[in-house]
Amino acid sequence: MTTAQDNYVLDLANNRRGRALNRMCGSLRHAVNREEFSADEAVYCDAYGLSPEQKRAVLERDWTAMLDLGASIFYTYKLAMLDKLSMQYLGGVFTGMSVEEFAAAMRSGGRKLG
Amino acid sequence: MAEVVWGLATSHVPSIGAAMDNHKTADPYWKPLFDGYAPAREWMAAHRPDVAVIIYNDHANAVDLDLVPTFAIGTAARYEVADEGWGRRPVPPVVGAPELSEHLVRELMDEEFDIATFHELDVDHGLTVPLSVYCPEPGDAWPCAVVPVLVNVIQYPQPTAARCYALGKAMGRAIRSFPQDVRVAVFGTGGMSHQLAGARAGLINSEFDRMFLRAIEAEPAKLAALSREDYIREAGTEGIELIMWLVMRGALSEHITRVHDTYHVPASNTAAALALFEEVRA
Repeated sequence: MTTAQDNYVLDLANNRRGRALNRMCGSLRHAVNREEFSADEAVYCDAYGLSPEQKRAVLERDWTAMLDLGASIFYTYKLAMLDKLSMQYLGGVFTGMSVEEFAAAMRSGGRKLG
Repeated sequence: MAEVVWGLATSHVPSIGAAMDNHKTADPYWKPLFDGYAPAREWMAAHRPDVAVIIYNDHANAVDLDLVPTFAIGTAARYEVADEGWGRRPVPPVVGAPELSEHLVRELMDEEFDIATFHELDVDHGLTVPLSVYCPEPGDAWPCAVVPVLVNVIQYPQPTAARCYALGKAMGRAIRSFPQDVRVAVFGTGGMSHQLAGARAGLINSEFDRMFLRAIEAEPAKLAALSREDYIREAGTEGIELIMWLVMRGALSEHITRVHDTYHVPASNTAAALALFEEVRA
């Protein structure tokens, strides 16, 4: 849908693919679920029917793999926040930078097109 | 009869709310952004509306991906502040305007917009950050009632920019036909360069942002003609949030003046902007 190959566009196919993962991450908006997740992450993932690949990506905090498996950034961000990781940290992960490098790139006007 | 008195376009980046909640607005990182807001805030404080119609999107807090309404209106008397995964923002609950909500739903349906309704809705940063941009220190209550208007900008395909602009025009007519004498402000929220995921994360296209910021006043039809792909390419995947500014612009008339605007990079991973327009009374 766009010539950029590095967009993660949440279309209907990705929504189907990522449904269990996004539902699991979305559930973390409730404090009681955050506690339950932290008590046993693997069991919690199984309760939401994550695929083995999705479960691995969550347990290993492989943020890019989560996107490849249908995650929406607005859902996985709740998992990052549970880990006390910022969106700038994630930006660094996606672009191969440390959080400090990514933040510095943003402060200097952001990353450019092309 | 009701009247539309002003329109505010503003980013709703969560970290802007967090900066206010954690008293960091004077920090060197945030000070330029909040200094940019100051003249608009002063003007708005002197021009308080009775109701704010706030066009925004939920961010995985009240709307599940299992059911994604393209356009929805909150019809409740009260909206709680959402826990987005890190506790609720320490801001007051939002008081609704259910009679105006009902009127808008009916009028917009009559104009052939298919509107979903929320009788219960926890409002997230998409709505509460714009309220904080308008009124940084609300105390125990926000200074106006609110009608939340939700637009799907998260799951593809989103509504077109043209459809959002048309919705705004119908919204303006609907507000002006409300029989009570209330002063209504319309907020279009979100937007400016926004690329959160993937290899383009952190994309900032200031040239496009500034073009949009200029054109929203006098050339909205030009912005309404842009495709989803245009927005995603130029402003980033989440930059498509800009279509919500067009709902606000559509609700205003042709006769507006710009009170103030400001543009700032960065707010966390994105650009941020504010533009305030006053309706010129005939």
